[in-house]
Amino acid sequence: MYKYTIKRILLMIPTLIGAAIVVFGLLRLIPGDVCELRMGGEGAYVDEKAIEICRDELGVNDHPFVQFYRFAKGFVVFDLGDSMWTNRPITEEIGLRFQLSLQIAIMATLVSIVISIPLGTISAIKQNTWIDYVVRTFSIAGIAIPSFWLGIMIILGLLITTQAWFGIAWMPPINYISPFEDPIGNLTQLIWPALATGYRYSAVATRMTRSSLLEVLREDYVRTARAKGLFEKIIINRHALKNAMLPVVTVIGIEFAFLMGGLVVTEQVFNLNGLGKLFVESVTNHDYALTQALVMLVVLIFVVTNFVVDILYAWLDPRIRYS
Amino acid sequence: MSTVAKTQVHAGVEELFDQRSRWERTRTIARKNPLGTFGAAVVIIMIVLAAFAESLTAFDPEANSFETMLAPPGADHWLGTDQMGRDIWTRIVYGARTALLVGFTAAFVGATVGLVLGVGSAYFGGAIDLVFQRVMDVFMAFPLIIMALAVVAIFGAGTQNVIIAITIPFIPRCARVVRSNALAIREIPYVDAARAMGFTHARIILRHMAPNVMAPFLIMLTAFLGQAILLEASLSYLGLGVQEPTPAWGLMLQGGAEEYVESAPWVAVFPGLAITIAVFGFNLFGDAVRDTLDPRLRSQ
Repeated sequence: MYKYTIKRILLMIPTLIGAAIVVFGLLRLIPGDVCELRMGGEGAYVDEKAIEICRDELGVNDHPFVQFYRFAKGFVVFDLGDSMWTNRPITEEIGLRFQLSLQIAIMATLVSIVISIPLGTISAIKQNTWIDYVVRTFSIAGIAIPSFWLGIMIILGLLITTQAWFGIAWMPPINYISPFEDPIGNLTQLIWPALATGYRYSAVATRMTRSSLLEVLREDYVRTARAKGLFEKIIINRHALKNAMLPVVTVIGIEFAFLMGGLVVTEQVFNLNGLGKLFVESVTNHDYALTQALVMLVVLIFVVTNFVVDILYAWLDPRIRYS
Repeated sequence: MSTVAKTQVHAGVEELFDQRSRWERTRTIARKNPLGTFGAAVVIIMIVLAAFAESLTAFDPEANSFETMLAPPGADHWLGTDQMGRDIWTRIVYGARTALLVGFTAAFVGATVGLVLGVGSAYFGGAIDLVFQRVMDVFMAFPLIIMALAVVAIFGAGTQNVIIAITIPFIPRCARVVRSNALAIREIPYVDAARAMGFTHARIILRHMAPNVMAPFLIMLTAFLGQAILLEASLSYLGLGVQEPTPAWGLMLQGGAEEYVESAPWVAVFPGLAITIAVFGFNLFGDAVRDTLDPRLRSQ
């Protein structure tokens, strides 16, 4: 186990280096650069010299290897340099938004757990009944509904219901409320994007809970538990569900990593200034430095989550011991 | 003797089968797999909408008309009009064309390139396979939409580039699944035989191995269709996909939809509904294909 952990950590390094090369390479292929965009805007005339000076300042003119070295070194020493668009330190730009996105990601994961585990369990217990079909349709629909549209529909729903019940149309506040200053205000603001994203991500976990529980319910020890005359509730909760949770934990863990991607769209709908919005902005502004830092952050989260899930898997299930 | 009897019995069964009309047989399949049938129906309806868009709509999908801005659904405009006065039903029907074009091209090209790479990696094995696997790992570490956004950043927005942006992240996902299936096929004697015959690598990969991993290939391909439509809608919604005035569902939700959600909800409701139904249908269709082709996954 100890050896496996070390090996797994070492294996993360080539993936991260590879990802860094891919991101760096991809972004160099982008036609036009931040200097042209920052000075020229749309069609305005700018002196070539001014653009050159700007390029020199930002280091866009340096040899690609030099640029890559700077980029890679920045990661190792946690100094990512300045944003090419706003000139502010990237760590500061990301830090400002990270809290918000992380909070939504955690809330969305909670929403997805709260939806998926009970629904998946009911669906498995009532296999092939109408309840099962309703749950399965509900979860397949979760993958089909675009989360941005669900977001718009949630806003519309809020407007209509508040209008009907209280007489005034209410929308979640647009300006960010810090959870440390006003926790309730913060919740009323962020619960909606968390619902929109969480429902989408519950779909896979619901299906996983269902199929995994169905498998476990056919095991010998479940039959033994039934033969002992245990209540069905105890059989499900204590014997079956515990053993069925393993693949579900994996799925939820991996989804958490992908949530960062899903937030790109949801943040746009709810006008939240999180990492996703920052990412779209950095792409449209040709801000290489910021884009590559953000992509690497997402990749890092993904790789680390995968690692944690693998280790957790081995730790939760004594039958699996990686050698 | 016994073989003759068996053949006769077999022929008898087949005859029995053939006595039922095609319609009846279709109905049996439909009863066995209602969700898959629903999915197939959605796919067919979408293809029909896209193919006969001109005769199914009365308006121009791209021309603005300022007399009819934000008209509610009614006899003239079945689903209302948007902030540019364009008929929403018309734009949804033409949008099906965009969605199908992007969906089918991206899914087909992505899965096919993945097929060739996956089979090739399994066939050559050794160091090539190892390096290839690591490269795929790297590409898989990017969430779909992040990768697609990065590609859009390089090529710029627009229908063609969106197809490229969606195709690229599909390649490693298909290659990986195909590779694991192809590994088993490599060990089957006919591949050795083909090698002994002196066939070229390309011929063995394409003619002998690839046809035998059609099941995972088709499963991935159909699974990609729904994903591609959803990704296209997301990218267009972010303003980085299909560009105005081309009708596309995601684009129809951009800009106007949120602003007018209170005064003109139809602008936001119908295009999103179209995306949902289409992706829902394609996913169910894909699930049905998977269940048919992969008995191990059946009834899960």
